[in-house]
Amino acid sequence: MNLSLATLLQLCILLPIFATLGIVALRRHQNLREAVSIGTSVLVFYAVVSIYLGLQGGATIDVNWLQILPGLSLSFSVEPLGMIFSLIASFLWFVTIVYAIGYMRGHNEDHQTRFYCCFAIAIGSVMGVAFADNLFTLFIFYEILTLSTYPLVTHAGTEAAKKGGRVYLGILLTTSIGFFLFAILGTWVIAGTLDFTQGGVFPAGANTAVLGFILVLFIFGIGKAAIMPFHRWLPAAMVAPTPVSALLHAVAVVKAGVFTVMKVCVLIFGIDLLSVLPTTQSLLYLAGATVLLASVIAMRQDNLKARLAYSTVGQLGYITIGALLASSMGVVGGSMHIAMHAFGKITLFFCAGAILVAVHKSKVSQLDGLGRRMPITMTAFFIASLGIIGIPPAGGTWSKWYLLMGTMDTQQWIILVILLISSLLNIAYLLPISMRAFLFKDPTSNAAVGIKEAPLPCLIAIGITTVGCIALFIYPQPLYELASSILQTSSIAHGQ
Amino acid sequence: MLAHLPILQVIVPLMAAPACLILRRPQLVWMFTLLASALAFIISILLLQQVMQTGTISYELGGWSPPWGIEYRIDKLNAFIALIISGVSTVVLLAAQTSIEKEIPQDKHTLFYILYLLSLTGMLGIVTTGDAFNVFVFLEISSLSAYSLIALGRDRRALWASFQYLIMGTIGATFILIGIGLMYQMTGTLNMADLATRLPEVAETRTVTTAYVFFIVGVCLKLALFPLHLWLPNAYAHAPSIVTAFFAATSTKVAAYLLIRFTFSIFGVSFSFTTLPMETLFLGLGLLGIFVASTVAIYQDNIKHVFAYSSVAQIGYMIVGFSMSTNAGLSAMLLHVFNHALMKGALFLALGAVLYRVGSTQLRDFQGLGRQMPLTMAAIVLAGLSLIGVPLTVGFVSKWYLVVAAIEKGWWPVAGLVLLASLLAVVYVWRIVETAYFKAPVVGKELVQEAPMTFLIPVWILVSANVYFGIDTRISVDIATAAAQSLFGVVP
Repeated sequence: MNLSLATLLQLCILLPIFATLGIVALRRHQNLREAVSIGTSVLVFYAVVSIYLGLQGGATIDVNWLQILPGLSLSFSVEPLGMIFSLIASFLWFVTIVYAIGYMRGHNEDHQTRFYCCFAIAIGSVMGVAFADNLFTLFIFYEILTLSTYPLVTHAGTEAAKKGGRVYLGILLTTSIGFFLFAILGTWVIAGTLDFTQGGVFPAGANTAVLGFILVLFIFGIGKAAIMPFHRWLPAAMVAPTPVSALLHAVAVVKAGVFTVMKVCVLIFGIDLLSVLPTTQSLLYLAGATVLLASVIAMRQDNLKARLAYSTVGQLGYITIGALLASSMGVVGGSMHIAMHAFGKITLFFCAGAILVAVHKSKVSQLDGLGRRMPITMTAFFIASLGIIGIPPAGGTWSKWYLLMGTMDTQQWIILVILLISSLLNIAYLLPISMRAFLFKDPTSNAAVGIKEAPLPCLIAIGITTVGCIALFIYPQPLYELASSILQTSSIAHGQ
Repeated sequence: MLAHLPILQVIVPLMAAPACLILRRPQLVWMFTLLASALAFIISILLLQQVMQTGTISYELGGWSPPWGIEYRIDKLNAFIALIISGVSTVVLLAAQTSIEKEIPQDKHTLFYILYLLSLTGMLGIVTTGDAFNVFVFLEISSLSAYSLIALGRDRRALWASFQYLIMGTIGATFILIGIGLMYQMTGTLNMADLATRLPEVAETRTVTTAYVFFIVGVCLKLALFPLHLWLPNAYAHAPSIVTAFFAATSTKVAAYLLIRFTFSIFGVSFSFTTLPMETLFLGLGLLGIFVASTVAIYQDNIKHVFAYSSVAQIGYMIVGFSMSTNAGLSAMLLHVFNHALMKGALFLALGAVLYRVGSTQLRDFQGLGRQMPLTMAAIVLAGLSLIGVPLTVGFVSKWYLVVAAIEKGWWPVAGLVLLASLLAVVYVWRIVETAYFKAPVVGKELVQEAPMTFLIPVWILVSANVYFGIDTRISVDIATAAAQSLFGVVP
């Protein structure tokens, strides 16, 4: 099959959306229905990889769907940052589907057809976000992502789930309509365009006070990046089934948030302008405070998923810091951290789900001695923890390295200290889990109990992502190249 | 024939009304009414085409030349509004026969269609005429038929609602008449174009100011601008569903038209916005209306009330656009007039379908409807998303233009408030969604079927229009901006 890159790009967005038809049609045949999901995810990943290879060959892609208002169109293109995001998301979608099959069946969940449909739409919109050529297109897919994940969050249908769903939808819609859209409109009026442009879109003489205000609106408005005080939706969304938490709240949704922050900082403001805006510094401190506070809160959580959720809030802060540092090192570190954190956090969530399915435990304090019963899961958990903390042999090392370099470059000493303290806090809330599992004795079981791991598909998924964590440590080169070309390749972004 | 289109626009429904009496059989009457309304729709399309190509059309009634005779004057603005009115009227009528079967006694059916046609005549007349006194005459035709239509509602509360509207509406009409009378006294003419040239000479007098104020207050009563909206919620909630769908989409639009016409082309921007503090007044009332009415809507249990209050809020958006007195603001207002007609037409018609099957529009009766009436509920959700202003629906287009207009004028806080207000819409739409999709039907309650096709087709025509004009905005945006530009072109 020899499809043009433009076709492939559109397929990435449309395939998952059309797959819902197949999923609904085959709702009575479980295996076939899941085959549709897996098949689509493989095809999408294949398409993204083809685009990546084509891009390496120097090709450019521009797709224009339709013009909604004069100068505002739904259009797509490919640039390195979007490439990173789409590669991760499509790959991890495949892995998550494999995991979800094991989890959802092992856990006897209802409404699985609805689950897989919404999942597919969510991924289609993530692809739309990743490839959007302008803020308007990005915004549309951002909102579709919010709406399509709502049924996933409320999947259980219980009162708690509905309450969590309300918080989720409430915060994400409030911020996106109240602030994000406002910022987009402000950009539109001042710059006259919403196209992502290397070096930013604002005219030279624009009032920096107004632009600073717009930056604040952007940072708060992109609620998916979970900057405090708009982070509450993330812990609330933990009522969702674990595969949802894993993919959407460690990878797709939150990463769509920080990805958007990164895009806005680099391709709407441009890092030169960003560094002179009056509000950048305070926002940096706010992101720093988010990192510290989230880590402190995470330490106090006994519920495993809640602890991971707050850890995500903190790690997202890293990426926002990377974007706001307005230096090339910061951008490289931040975008690499998108990938590193994705692999680490999805593994952690997979493990949390596996523990829930296998031994029905969800609290950190119940995990004593679990390493003997679930050795594979807990080993993976340990490696992924290292990735989040940022020590070898996991990929998180590199991204944190570049982030620290970025703070030194820009002489943000306070931020540097914050990042270092936060790494210590990461150790303090992640490693004790592994320690309990391997070093402590399970107080309830008297004799040696046999190994009881999660269903096989779950284990396969965990294995793949764990290997991913390590592989990113050993071969960070392709990722680094993509990340470092974000600031240079205006030619790829716009085919000039 | 083409030359007589301006008067045919009014004459066709006017003559069709008494003709219904001859037909008598409800089925026939319905088809005849539909035909008349469709004819009016076709005429308005032709008129709009003509106006867009050749510019303003002036038609001398009976061959008497203006300003002595009555002139019908069609420009981009009123051709656009007439298109909205006749279009919505036609689509809504498709469902009329099924809907009134359950809501109005058999022997009143013919009466219903006659009143409907008269009401349509009145609205089209107000819009097309170029004569100030004619406006009053048609206003009375449309209002009197509206009071009776609302009184046809199925329970006795409709009578009270109709009476409330009668009192308020009559006060409004009287004020309008006083305003027109004072204008006539000062200028000696009733022709609008003539008024526009003569008023500036006497603009400094207190009488003209008084005339303007009387007129505007009267129009705002008809418009249901907060805080003069008190008649609206009950009238919408207790009128027959078809009437509500028709009025919600059209009647306030006619008042909005009058407001624009008299402010921009007759009194002129400089008079109304410089001599008088209309900017602050309308901006304040508009914003207050948006927030108060949206908040009240959240606490209503009858869904018809919810959307009635939402209408008051949407009028607030229009008035905010109006208060900017800029080209962009006026375009945004006109766009919202068009878009709001599509949303509310769809919503109230879908509510009519719910009423037809379930027999009530109370929130608690929506439990489980997501599964029982999937197509109707999907329509309500889509139109609701449009009301919120989700991208790819018409609601988003209006919000976009309104906020851009506000920012261009430098009104950043207003832009922020308008966006925040959309969140209130999220709340009241979401209450319905949660009830319909996430709550199981009440145990022991009879399950209902999907609404009949006669409802589904018109509802989905309107819903598709919501999406279509949200994606392909060329037609609506072009006409609205052209109309706004022509208004600013006429006025010095």
